[in-house]
Amino acid sequence: MTAYHRPMELQEALDLLAAGGLTVAAGCTDLYPATTAKALKGDILDITAIPALRGISLDAGVWRIGAATTWTDLRRADLPPSFAGLQAAAREVGSVQIQNAGTVAGNLCTASPAADGAPCLLTLDASVELRSAEGARVLSLQEFLLGARRTALRPGEIVTAILMPEASASGQGDFLKLGARKYLVISIAMAAARVEIEDGLIRSAAIAVGACAPVAVRLAALEQRLAGHPVTEAAAMVTEDIVTPELSPIDDIRGDAAYRLTAATELVRRLLLRCAAKPAEAAA
Amino acid sequence: MNRPFGKLQMRVNGAVTPFAATPGRRLSEVLREDLRLFGTKIGCDAGDCGACTVLLNGEPVCACLTPAIRADGAEVTTVEGMASELPRLQQSFLRHGAAQCGICTPGLLTTAAALLRSNPAPSRAEVEDALGGVLCRCTGYAKIVDAVCDTGAERPAAACPVSGKAVGARLERLDGGPKVTGEESYGADLVLPDTLEVRAIRSPHHAARFTLGDIAGWAAKATGKVEVFTAADIPGENLFGTIPDFVDQPAIAGDRVRQRGEAIAIVVGEAATLDGLDLSTFPVDWTPEDSGIDLDHLPEADLHPTRPGNRMIAGLVRCGDAEGALAQSAFTAQTTIDTAYVEHAYIEPEAGIAWLDGDTLVIRACTQAPVMDRDETAKVLGLPRDRVRVIPAATGGGFGAKLDVSLQPLIGLAALRTGRPCRMVYTRSESMASTTKRHPARMTGRIGCDAEGHVTAMTFDGDFNTGAYASWGPTVAVRVPVHASGPYRTPNYHAEARAMHTNGPAAGAFRGFGVPQAALVQEALYDDLAKAAGIDRLDFRLINALRDGDRTVCGQKPGGIGIAECLEALKPHWERASDEVRVQGIAGSIRRGIGVASCWYGCGNTGLPNPSTIRLGITASGALVLHQGAADIGQGSNTVVAQLCADALGLPVGQMTLVDGDTAKTPDCGKTSASRQTFVTGKAAMLAGKMLRSKILVMSNMGDDATLSLEGDALTVTDGKAAREIRLGDLPADAHGYVLAAEETYDPPTLPLDENGQGEPYAVYGYGAQIAEVAVDMTLGTVKVLRITAAHDLGRVVNPLLAEGQVEGGVAQGLGMALMEEYIPGRTENLHDYLIPTFGDMPEIRSIFIEKADPEGPMGAKGLGEHVLIPTAPAILNAIRDASGARITRLPALPHRVLAAIRSAE
Repeated sequence: MTAYHRPMELQEALDLLAAGGLTVAAGCTDLYPATTAKALKGDILDITAIPALRGISLDAGVWRIGAATTWTDLRRADLPPSFAGLQAAAREVGSVQIQNAGTVAGNLCTASPAADGAPCLLTLDASVELRSAEGARVLSLQEFLLGARRTALRPGEIVTAILMPEASASGQGDFLKLGARKYLVISIAMAAARVEIEDGLIRSAAIAVGACAPVAVRLAALEQRLAGHPVTEAAAMVTEDIVTPELSPIDDIRGDAAYRLTAATELVRRLLLRCAAKPAEAAA
Repeated sequence: MNRPFGKLQMRVNGAVTPFAATPGRRLSEVLREDLRLFGTKIGCDAGDCGACTVLLNGEPVCACLTPAIRADGAEVTTVEGMASELPRLQQSFLRHGAAQCGICTPGLLTTAAALLRSNPAPSRAEVEDALGGVLCRCTGYAKIVDAVCDTGAERPAAACPVSGKAVGARLERLDGGPKVTGEESYGADLVLPDTLEVRAIRSPHHAARFTLGDIAGWAAKATGKVEVFTAADIPGENLFGTIPDFVDQPAIAGDRVRQRGEAIAIVVGEAATLDGLDLSTFPVDWTPEDSGIDLDHLPEADLHPTRPGNRMIAGLVRCGDAEGALAQSAFTAQTTIDTAYVEHAYIEPEAGIAWLDGDTLVIRACTQAPVMDRDETAKVLGLPRDRVRVIPAATGGGFGAKLDVSLQPLIGLAALRTGRPCRMVYTRSESMASTTKRHPARMTGRIGCDAEGHVTAMTFDGDFNTGAYASWGPTVAVRVPVHASGPYRTPNYHAEARAMHTNGPAAGAFRGFGVPQAALVQEALYDDLAKAAGIDRLDFRLINALRDGDRTVCGQKPGGIGIAECLEALKPHWERASDEVRVQGIAGSIRRGIGVASCWYGCGNTGLPNPSTIRLGITASGALVLHQGAADIGQGSNTVVAQLCADALGLPVGQMTLVDGDTAKTPDCGKTSASRQTFVTGKAAMLAGKMLRSKILVMSNMGDDATLSLEGDALTVTDGKAAREIRLGDLPADAHGYVLAAEETYDPPTLPLDENGQGEPYAVYGYGAQIAEVAVDMTLGTVKVLRITAAHDLGRVVNPLLAEGQVEGGVAQGLGMALMEEYIPGRTENLHDYLIPTFGDMPEIRSIFIEKADPEGPMGAKGLGEHVLIPTAPAILNAIRDASGARITRLPALPHRVLAAIRSAE
């Protein structure tokens, strides 16, 4: 007989985890598809009954998305324009059914190269709060996502929240996902941008690409190139030679590597075109 | 601490419902298996199809992804709650024809209900966004959107057509009611007392030898009794198939597997016992063998000893001197096109239950061919046919793959050996790995025309990957050369198609039997030739369209050829679309283009008998009963056949009671394939209706113009002033319990093909042509199909509502084949890697129906089911080329392939 724990307090969850051998369950949108069994396999720690883990808040200069927060919660939240990309991504995760169950943090823990949430969170300079019975630590998202389906999560540890500095929650966010169909689709490539514009000039740009490397990546060289330039010129400055060195796509059933490089570049270009077309300037 | 989960309860559709389940059990299992609420369907167990959608505290969730514990204390709304929640939504689904097979309908209704609660008058885009997580394989989605957008007002139920007015009426499907209430009972939805479950052990290898280990020892480790049956337990001939001389597939492999997913044993036990078993520990030693699964990697050794070189069969049609005429043609064009394995992807994985009724084995399962299932199962199990009874369960889509037996011999064996009812429900991956596919093809074609655009000759040479077993591969090899010319005059012709064995999944029947692949070649070449000759592409097709009196490439002169009428009907749409492309399409990163393609398709078996028999009777108490054995897998034969019969008889269709294709109750109507049911079974029904009418007229001594009415046990015959009443209760009943009855058989008149493919392979053909309007993203290679205008010649439109549903659903499958569908064995055995169109991928579809009566079809009617998807993919590919210059030679046209083709065209 397997055990199923559904505590209401975080500390209880951490104590259970310390004993080891538990699979953490939140939205379950990745756990069930991994089995044909009629029930979840193994001993389960269900974290969805812990009120402290659910919700989005701004406290002491830090935006916090609790680990049990669903895509629907995110989609419906009243958030600044810098989150618009992340909210757009939320609308494109699977389907309404998946968005109602699946969690933003779970998406990171599964660590698919095509995780819909990762590019936007990278542009928001997100980090991941990890807790265990022994304490807490915070890793940047880049430190947390080690590779395809690999994270820095240690035994006995869970993600408790995704954190974003309020200072990074400025400017306008946007997101584009490219797939072979409209709904219920895994990305061939995707791109996220958060751009701060002042007097028509790009003050700062945070740009990330997903599904084109084992983990989503920020395009630092491009970001530096764009800074200080008129937003209307930004799209023209996006060239394959500056985008592709950061990427390491693979050939798979959805597309080949060369195509992904082209597509990623074009998606970034289009994000910047949309950014330039927005009438109002999203100031900090 | 671990919270005790002892007493759980949820409010299901408003009723407090205690339940007991392990906390991590899928809510879908709790609802279906524990609470027996079978309205919630399971299509994938992975959140990919949305069929199991229920409302959890008002929000749509996939019940298959929801731990049971989360329903504790919650409100759960299932399809069974829809009647009280939104009866108007259910009625709207019926009125709009939004349910075909009905397997996705419960999930759609619940999801739509959540939308309508917050937004009672949604836009089409809002409906698509809200419902985008539910897949439908039958409808093409448009009628579902129509239905959800049309729940605002109470509408009276449409009046049932009066006598003689059923044919042509926009009649709701007669069997629709249970599909919208959740009461429809599919293969997985019947459980009898003491039912055991059956699971199969399947090959993970494309080719392997194997030896079984200590099965008894393995089974003994289970928590309860488990029985394992292998090939050694099969009492009859361990082979099934569909075509005599090509029966080659073991129900359970003995010591060798030729394809992935092949069953090597079945495990039978109580559900709870099997749930606790890890089937991956089953004791078997595999010795993988060299294998090849595609045409580039044909297996070196022969899969079947009687088929050297792995060539199963070749089909040939030739007339005139094709090479000679090509050499003298003003223009010639040539192309080679590769297509992929395409999965049927019905939302209902195979399911059924078998039990013993005395010494009769009863099989109740999904099917397109109940009598063939009975015969194949009886043979495998060593039973006489009269000791096997097949009761068709409601079938959640088929499209060809449910013509073959799948689990029928397995559950039959289990029931025979255990003496208990045995149920089997395939998992999604099991369904995808083990059942048939559309043939991947590599086809080369060459066509020539003269300076005025008259086609002079065509050659076609195709290899079709038929996979490890024959299935319907021979049919594909025969149908392709007959149809590869398209519905066009081709005086010199040489077409050959070979079915080649590989270790890929057996390729069989899939809506069109190879013709959709072949049409890609011919229609691409017609565009080349039109351009070379400087003739408008639609005009080029009109110049060459077959007309009455013309001979086909088989030398046949069909009657009622409607292709020119279809193309003429498209002309104004073609001109409008051409103008739009001129205005909008030539520059920028998004380019518009249009394409046109045609179809023709022979209805029924190719040059072989395929009779249907219809029984119609009236009981002493006045029940009018139609024994309608054509399996209705959503396409609508229950309704269409009844319409034809009712009008021939002269009583209202609404008075008919339908008896399905239960082999113990109903004569054989053959298989639901080859677009034959409206034509063949419809004609048998018409003849039966006429025969019963003539018996009644003779009995009442009335003339042909008399009208009938049936009220209670009084059958009244009225002729002008006179009326005669037949008291049914006074008449003796026959062996079937009818006081008045007729039984008629119809078999289409055909002539077999000779060694050159000459003959009269079909008695009736249907025709159609479609225009695709697309937008191609020139930098991303993505394609958006904006509109499909589909003109189809149905001879006589028996039911426009259902006919539109066929067109829209066929277009969806054609679009999927063109743009996204590619089954890769071992890699895409799920519905998130194998993509079918969703709500957001469908264009606007305009159906135009032509009625050029067929002299043979019932009331002039022709078949439609397969025709509708044949033109779609070639029309889309031609439109892509028109927009972008990209010549797509490998399907599907995924974005990276389109972009590569754009670049190579530049």
